[in-house]
Amino acid sequence: MSTPGRLESHLRHRRDNGQKLLVPYITGGMDDSWLVTLDALAEAGADAIEVGIPFSDPMIDGAVIQQSSLRALERGTTPESLLGELARHELSVPVVAMTYYNLIFRAGLDRVAGMMAEAGVTGVIIPDLPLEEFEAWETAASGAGLATILLVAPSTPDQRLAAICERSRGFVYAVGRMGVTGEQQELAASAQEVAGRITAVCDTPVCVGIGVSNPAQAVAVCEVADGVIVGSALVRRLLEGAGPEGAADFVGSLRSALDGTN
Amino acid sequence: MTTTPLRTDGTRFMGDPGESGRFGDFGGRFVPEALVPACLELEAAFRDAWADPAFRSELDDLLHRFGGRPTPITECRRLSAETGLRIFLKREDLAHTGSHKINNVVGQGLLARRMGKTRLIAETGAGQHGVATATAAALFGMECVVYMGEVDTQRQALNVFRMELLGAEVRPVMSGSRTLKDAVNDAMRAWVAEVEDTHYCLGSVMGPHPYPWMVREFQSVIGKEAREQFRGLMDGSDPDLVVACAGGGSNAAGIFAGFADQADSRLIGVEAAGGAAVSNGIPGVLHGMRSALIQDEAGQIQEAESISAGLDYPGIGPEHAYLSSVGRAEYRSATDDEVLDAFQLLARTEGIIPALESAHALAWVVKAAGTEDLPTGSTVLINLSGRGDKDVAQVRDVLRPDA
Repeated sequence: MSTPGRLESHLRHRRDNGQKLLVPYITGGMDDSWLVTLDALAEAGADAIEVGIPFSDPMIDGAVIQQSSLRALERGTTPESLLGELARHELSVPVVAMTYYNLIFRAGLDRVAGMMAEAGVTGVIIPDLPLEEFEAWETAASGAGLATILLVAPSTPDQRLAAICERSRGFVYAVGRMGVTGEQQELAASAQEVAGRITAVCDTPVCVGIGVSNPAQAVAVCEVADGVIVGSALVRRLLEGAGPEGAADFVGSLRSALDGTN
Repeated sequence: MTTTPLRTDGTRFMGDPGESGRFGDFGGRFVPEALVPACLELEAAFRDAWADPAFRSELDDLLHRFGGRPTPITECRRLSAETGLRIFLKREDLAHTGSHKINNVVGQGLLARRMGKTRLIAETGAGQHGVATATAAALFGMECVVYMGEVDTQRQALNVFRMELLGAEVRPVMSGSRTLKDAVNDAMRAWVAEVEDTHYCLGSVMGPHPYPWMVREFQSVIGKEAREQFRGLMDGSDPDLVVACAGGGSNAAGIFAGFADQADSRLIGVEAAGGAAVSNGIPGVLHGMRSALIQDEAGQIQEAESISAGLDYPGIGPEHAYLSSVGRAEYRSATDDEVLDAFQLLARTEGIIPALESAHALAWVVKAAGTEDLPTGSTVLINLSGRGDKDVAQVRDVLRPDA
């Protein structure tokens, strides 16, 4: 196996020091203060931040992320404008970009990989680019020093799960429930289950996303997983006008819960 | 004018795309990981069923006794005289539920039952595929939910009621442009959560592998019938041109499949001018496939605009993008006005009211008749993919706004 890149080293280091990993998600360009929000999230204890590059047809996203994507697009956000803003912004934790493959394919794989690296992005999540299709992108990404984070779902069979874990860099994204992004009252049983199946076969950090909505659920997931990704619950607060402070309060509450200090 | 080369090396223009689901550079399986196992399972089940004579004969039997196949070919004597062509229609409008969509849903319904699924979900634009899926669900005793853009539920209110009569639930889609592309998004989103007991009955030759291939195979009955029927009518000869409208492209794929590798007929797909993915699109990835898409410079998908809800789609099936790229099929377009004229023309000259979708194929033939693209005297086989009853109210509103 190749040496772990910047993102993975960072996350492994924190995990190996006994810290649970907290990766909040926001949609890039969703409001005027999104860059301020990034700083506030880092300050509030995020270990890395996932930034969505908005796409017109977000197939795996529920209503909240759809709405934030639409707002970002209406503000004129493009992959280029968003990455440009990120490039001019100094952030204290690693940024992971999330986007759909068409935006990358349209601009050109090498070009996007270069723009992302220049913007300080360390890892990339492309939910509609499964293992069988990701070879070409992986070549471009690793050439630019980017980790490509692959997803494992509750429906992924064992042999396939092992193959995905072997190719995933940065961390492995465990899909917590069969469904699209969105807040859930109850944590699905599949969240711990899928995390357990992954940690059993690989040492790469494992973060669970999709359906993790509050501090109690984050703590429960992290009994098995190394960390959590929290998107819709945070983005909903921002859509409702919580602002950077409100976002930081929420992420701070997740941090304390994971640290056992609340 | 190009003459189309038949391949001599044994490969086929419309063959099995293999495990990768690739048609040249197009196709593939660009879906979230949660759906990959379902797509693999579906591909395996389809390969198994398609090779099983018992499955094939049950399907043929249902298409005959329930679906009304074979559908006839009708020669249009008055329209031919008017255009200087010899025009023939493959009458999919006479199939049960009023369009070719029945071929696909009976196939997928049988397959879903064989896979042990108890629910069908579907997207629909004009409502034809939704009605057909609701029909198959009723036939097989399955639960059925149809996702339909909110704009389309208004344009096609009667079809919403039809689906409800057939026992299906119609869920209006409020996201994005609230048309067909958004209905596909929402159907896929729903499928992720329900994949265990639910089959996604996709309505066209699009989406992730195996759908583009599987739906083409289920629709290929149109082309097989049409080729034999035409040869019977015309002393063993093939039409100079085979013309079909193309949104996602299932009726076109179905009729092309009978000629692409078996005849040297020119194949023409006619897109809506406001959603001409092959003519104006750019390669991209949407709804699980790499194909030609209408999109902006950044890669955001743009909204298609067409008077016919069924062609209101910013992409096209990947095999069409491929057939265009290798020159085996050619793609043209027709405007809403040309389509409205053709709709009325067929009604008056031949006593057949076509679906607005199908009227695109007709509109191009009428427009191109006598030009270098379609010389006088040519024999033309048009796939009349559906009947126009569903469109009558909408067309009345356009033609007689004060009535």
